[in-house]
Amino acid sequence: MSRETLFNIVFMTAFALLPVIAHLIDEPFTITLATRAAILALAAVGLNIALGLGGMVSLGHAVFFGLGGYAMGILAYHAQTFTPMTFGPWELAGTKFMPVIWLVAIGISAVVALLIGLLSLRTSGVYFIMITLAFGQMFYYFSISWSAYGGEDGLSIFVRNDFPGLNTLVPIHFFGLCFAILCLTLIFKARLMRSPFGLALNAARQVPLRVATTGLDPFRVKLVAFVISGAITGLAGALFADLNRFVSPTMFSWQLSGEIIILVILGGIGRLLGPVVGATVFVALEHWLGGVTEYWLIWLGAILLAIVMFARGGLMGLVGRKAIPHD
Amino acid sequence: MTSLGAALVLELHGVCKRFGSLVANDDVNLDLRPGEIHAIIGPNGAGKSTLIQQVSGALRPDAGRVDFLGDNVTDLSVPARSKLGLARTFQISQLAMEDTVLQNTLLGALVASGKPRSLWRDIYRDIELRSCAESALDRVGLLDHQTQPCASLSHGQRRQLEVAVALTRKPKAFLMDEPMAGLGSEGSAQMTRFLDGLRVEAPILLVEHDMDAVFALADRISVLVSGRIIASGAPDEIRADQKVQSAYLGETQ
Repeated sequence: MSRETLFNIVFMTAFALLPVIAHLIDEPFTITLATRAAILALAAVGLNIALGLGGMVSLGHAVFFGLGGYAMGILAYHAQTFTPMTFGPWELAGTKFMPVIWLVAIGISAVVALLIGLLSLRTSGVYFIMITLAFGQMFYYFSISWSAYGGEDGLSIFVRNDFPGLNTLVPIHFFGLCFAILCLTLIFKARLMRSPFGLALNAARQVPLRVATTGLDPFRVKLVAFVISGAITGLAGALFADLNRFVSPTMFSWQLSGEIIILVILGGIGRLLGPVVGATVFVALEHWLGGVTEYWLIWLGAILLAIVMFARGGLMGLVGRKAIPHD
Repeated sequence: MTSLGAALVLELHGVCKRFGSLVANDDVNLDLRPGEIHAIIGPNGAGKSTLIQQVSGALRPDAGRVDFLGDNVTDLSVPARSKLGLARTFQISQLAMEDTVLQNTLLGALVASGKPRSLWRDIYRDIELRSCAESALDRVGLLDHQTQPCASLSHGQRRQLEVAVALTRKPKAFLMDEPMAGLGSEGSAQMTRFLDGLRVEAPILLVEHDMDAVFALADRISVLVSGRIIASGAPDEIRADQKVQSAYLGETQ
């Protein structure tokens, strides 16, 4: 077993145990923090597929985070007010059933990622960053002006949505749910990194011409990765909205896109557990440093600077170099 | 031309390409027969790279036609032509530097394996895929380096890896852009021996500056000057050709 694998197992076990201990000693706030970390980690795992594996620096991933959030908000809003959604002559009831909400969040994010990807992947470098940022701003201002769903004030959802067999309002239940989704996504990502598609994506980042010469279209490979990436971040958005029981245009903001990028860079670009390490450290710093000084972001900035300058592989880089996937 | 009984692998008919007022290729006719090495030589700026890109699919000719295995492929993209069995090596190595030697070779083997799009199968445990990659590495003598990151290879080893990646495809034709570029005399001689044996597997369209290699290897040579083919024939004919001597070989002496 490689050093990285060992670290990953220890880290994920500790991540799972901390809230359980907090539950036993009745510290629900710690559980909420861990849940927040797990959800942000999920969003960053999504981005890492585009950014880390595919080299697509998307400054618009808040689009998918927000779409997931609003998918949850709108469905739950119609369910709690007992008003159907109307699409022309059709009416559709809202729902408070999480699996349906998740599927809607994933589906919408994937479709929007496909459209954004089709347009923005024709560019690269700075232009790609700017186009994805522009899409983010479009969604942000649209959500502000969409008064039917709260506009600038956002939407409050009174009761957390349902999952069969769980009382989702109990913090440890909801944490378990989010953590399980994170683990399943990590397993998917680990497989993806060892799959034909993962190899092609990895090469498309470095030498697109080589990928084309082997008979695969690098544009399509990147597009599929962008869609998968957006769908995962969308799912995280739905969970995040459920955690706060609140959705607002902030979820679409470019600051949030930047924050997800920071999580990835902090933890280690292209590393399996990088985004998870980044998200937990970020949430911990936000909480502890935020308690000490309200200017905690300055210190986060300093830490980020140190990591970018001295630990190019992020925090995971301190654990060890990227292992060779074969022997 | 007499029928040889075997169909032509690659044919260019009247290919023209211009960039603004610059005529890069002017009415180029060329073909590649089974089992041969057909070399294209010409001074710098003669339009060799433009020609190669139109064969690979990266550029589309302004006029003319490219046929591969009897089918018109003029409108097909690089990946589509590659899938039909056209393997290419590059003048400047196009390799994933962060990846290992084996990973680079596996990438070449993916499409030939018929399952390049799976998100779930583990390529490193796929015995068929690995043996295809490993046998290609073995043939160019890089098997012992398979776990090495590509960035740590010497220039000569990278040239060999380029060829190994092309070999994984079990191609119908090779398109090689200066495989000897940057190799020393020893490496160049080694590559020449290797390509000599390769032609029986699939014919090679070879663009090369190394005249020793070209005259040692080629069954036919076409000379490209200012976008036009001024002579085409067996090495001895080319060597004796007056036009070629004045336009090209004379210069290098």
